Amino acid sequence: MKIYLKIWRQKSPKDKGRFEMYPLDGVSPEMSFLEMLDYLNKTLIKEGKEPVVFESDCREGICGTCGLYINGRPHGNLRKTTTCELYMREFADGETITVEPWRAGAFPVVKDLVVDRHAFEKIMQAGGFITVNAGAAPDANTIPIPRDSFDKAFEAATCIGCGACVAACKNASAMLFVAAKVSHLALLPQGKPEAARRAKAMVAKMDELGFGSCTNTGACEAECPKGISIANIARLNREFLKANLKE
Amino acid sequence: MNKLFASSIGRKLLVALSGMFLILFLVVHLSINLLLIFDDSGALFNKGAHFMATNPMVGVMEPLLAVGFVVHIMYATIVTIRNYRARPNGYLKNLPSANSSWESRNMFVLGGIILFFLILHLNHFFVKMKFTGDPLLTTVIIDGVAMKNSYLLVSSLFKENFWYSIGYMIWAVFLGFHLVHGFWSAFQTVGLNNEVWIQRLQNVSIIYATIIAAGFCIIPLYFIIFF
Repeated sequence: MKIYLKIWRQKSPKDKGRFEMYPLDGVSPEMSFLEMLDYLNKTLIKEGKEPVVFESDCREGICGTCGLYINGRPHGNLRKTTTCELYMREFADGETITVEPWRAGAFPVVKDLVVDRHAFEKIMQAGGFITVNAGAAPDANTIPIPRDSFDKAFEAATCIGCGACVAACKNASAMLFVAAKVSHLALLPQGKPEAARRAKAMVAKMDELGFGSCTNTGACEAECPKGISIANIARLNREFLKANLKE
Repeated sequence: MNKLFASSIGRKLLVALSGMFLILFLVVHLSINLLLIFDDSGALFNKGAHFMATNPMVGVMEPLLAVGFVVHIMYATIVTIRNYRARPNGYLKNLPSANSSWESRNMFVLGGIILFFLILHLNHFFVKMKFTGDPLLTTVIIDGVAMKNSYLLVSSLFKENFWYSIGYMIWAVFLGFHLVHGFWSAFQTVGLNNEVWIQRLQNVSIIYATIIAAGFCIIPLYFIIFF
């Protein structure tokens, strides 16, 4: 199949950037979206042009590295799918595909389709951890965990930190990400001692980094490749308010 | 606590709590207004309006209501401006309708439209009833009690000004859309939500918003059709 790619090109964080059109022939419907970009880059290199810079790692939907805004939606038009799990059979022959980087003040463009997502790391460093004894590994199952807490915590823990929630949100809010991380730990006994401090520290860091605030549109949940529920955001609000009332 | 209201969640908490207060107010307001269509002599509505004007509890609630409106509008504006700034560069191609509802993305616009009509509305009724008076606001005696003929003022406007009635109904529909998202959203923001209740609250939102929008539409419709 032949496709037309409209891709955001930006040389450096300071460059203004622009869209460029790339017609690409010989695309197989069995190619993943990233394989198609690899193929495009091979073609560009052969022509002596600079390849398009994008990020990827595991290419099996579990690392959260890849993330492109494809035809107006993060990770493309499929639900619960990362960019690497998107296949060219989802597109029509002759289609023009618009590919953009995540757009958010807190995620500045580094080059082409790569954005700097260190803001997520900084939020995690602010409180997304538990304090444990660094000695020998504790015996498994020493602390009983109720099944429903475990299930909810696990669902929250499936967040791969790809940033699609921020990219999709009209407010560029990181609430779903922070909610998933706070919920994951707050639901488990090991996370309880630091729950109040964690909620306050992570929200404060999120605000400081310039993410918007949640207006409950639900776009994040709809676009999350792991389908993380916005019920976690209600839990974050609860944890945050509880933490502030304790003062 | 100062820190709380300087945080993004704290600011939204104020929008949510004031919104919940306004949600309750709308129920009271609509209940009184509906008295307009159950008694064409106007005695029922006049008694309701007289009660609202003279009851000391209502007197206490009135300034609180004004505060509720101010807080809701002010903090919603602050939140919206900050959210707008969070994405300096937008997308070339964006399909938000694939992942979210129109009303949820346009709460500020809907709020602005509601505010515009609210000012008109206050000017037509509240200011006249409370401060300036109007030739139509004659004194009537119902059950031996002298009161203002609020019914005459309100019903005359609906009977005589067709376009005002139409505008009023359009306003009610916009208000309905604001409430479809606002109702459950307020619960979500104060943390009273979970995996099970999210759907229930969204259903209640639709029911509540429909009752409010339809209720406010019925009144001008009644006067257009029967007078």
